[in-house]
Amino acid sequence: MKTGKVPQQVVVLGVIFVIIIVGFVAMRWFFVPATFGKYGHYRAAALDEVRQQEVVFAGAKACADCHDDIYKNKSRGFHRNVSCEVCHGPAAAHAEDPSSHRPEAPRQRGLCPLCHNYSPSRPTGFPQIITVQHNPGKACMSCHNPHNPVTPQPPKECSACHRSIANQKMVSHHASLECTTCHEAGKDHINNPRFSRVSKPTTNEFCGKCHASGDAVKTVKGMKVMQAVPQIDIEAHAGRYLCWDCHYPHYPEAKP
Amino acid sequence: MSIDNNNCSDEANDRKHKKDVGRRQFLDWCFKAVPAGITLFTFGLSSKRSSGEDTKTSNNGKAPNSEVSYAMAVDIKKCIGCGRCAAACKKENKVPDSPYYVRTWVERYVIPKKGEPMIDSPNAGIDGFPDQPENGDVLKTFFVPKLCNHCDNPPCVQVCPVGATFKSPDGVVLVDDSYCVGCRYCIQACPYGARYIHPEKRVADKCTFCYHRISKGLAPACVEVCPTQARVFGDLKKLSSPIHRILQFNAIKTLKPELNTRPKVFYANADQEVR
Repeated sequence: MKTGKVPQQVVVLGVIFVIIIVGFVAMRWFFVPATFGKYGHYRAAALDEVRQQEVVFAGAKACADCHDDIYKNKSRGFHRNVSCEVCHGPAAAHAEDPSSHRPEAPRQRGLCPLCHNYSPSRPTGFPQIITVQHNPGKACMSCHNPHNPVTPQPPKECSACHRSIANQKMVSHHASLECTTCHEAGKDHINNPRFSRVSKPTTNEFCGKCHASGDAVKTVKGMKVMQAVPQIDIEAHAGRYLCWDCHYPHYPEAKP
Repeated sequence: MSIDNNNCSDEANDRKHKKDVGRRQFLDWCFKAVPAGITLFTFGLSSKRSSGEDTKTSNNGKAPNSEVSYAMAVDIKKCIGCGRCAAACKKENKVPDSPYYVRTWVERYVIPKKGEPMIDSPNAGIDGFPDQPENGDVLKTFFVPKLCNHCDNPPCVQVCPVGATFKSPDGVVLVDDSYCVGCRYCIQACPYGARYIHPEKRVADKCTFCYHRISKGLAPACVEVCPTQARVFGDLKKLSSPIHRILQFNAIKTLKPELNTRPKVFYANADQEVR
């Protein structure tokens, strides 16, 4: 091997290396987007692209800027937390240019039942109607103002809201008891159920007023007969438990 | 190592006499020079590029803020199942008007006294739910709104082969439309079924927490229209955010916690059957 001369195979190998390296870097330069890897393994410019999407719902604050009279009226009623665009549809275009875009104003019977039709899955106490029975064919707006809905006649019976409890109690041994036997409802409960809650029994002695008032067996004309209302000795029967730990008061005969 | 050193010293002795580059010496150079060259070259390029890019990317003047961590809480007890959230989401994000494409949807759980719970979500709950026969066999029934959980440890991001889906610095999992190749790995990886392929764009699509809205200070569309405030949106890192109240005062669960995805959608008062 002669000194000072790079062998040919080394030169060839070197050229190949250089081509590969330059090619790799050039390909990276062309194919990897400019902002890739700025915040992580993704294109940082994508964040801006997602951000530039058009806003369709303006938000209730934007509505209140112009329609302050309706907003004031609504802020006193039950619908105070219902955003305008729930019923009126997206209104960002209307907020931009009020004259050329008019949001929808549904006046038919179809929209309200989406929230207010009776469904056992809805939370207890949420105002619900059975749409097919409730003034069939009449537009909701003819009796209720949607911006400040007030029931023309608040329901007298508890079952209007607490239907599933009422249905159960109806077929139970407690059917003849009024709700007020055990619960005390304030006058305001019917209008503002979440803020004026009803009372519930707290002690075993409350149940004992009926169920620990005498002997379990009474003697009628010389015959031993069970009392119509089952009688127990609270101390011995319940121990440290509460009555409703085992017995569901709205359907007491249910087997746990 | 010691053997290598011996060899090297032998080579050096040889070279003194021959004044030639031995194979070992050459390879040694190559191994040192090639990585060094590559590193220097790429570093030089990338530093040059990033300094040029800085002016380009600051177009909105708003860099994503890593001091923010967006999250949502859903109170099951308040959800009335009206489906307005799902309807608003479709309008806001121009999701195709078909029952198969949804970013958020409402499920109805019917848990019988015996047997498996029944879960349905006809058209995402937008048109309401058909009547459920009310017999004595139902233990309980309730609605559960579902959406992308914006996991802190998102499986969809891990499987994306091109880096088209990612977690933004403020904790929102997003899709880069122009970079997605539509391979559907992320759809398979998502344990919550929150992704679908957009039929027109042919890319993966999902809930963005309405990223375009929250970066302008608006609430996401579903939160905006929720009539009972069952959905609460906020910043986990800000104590005054409304989400902290609901997290503090309710029994909270996340969906499928055993998968270690660390979801940022929290469910308050959810039944154990919810998953």
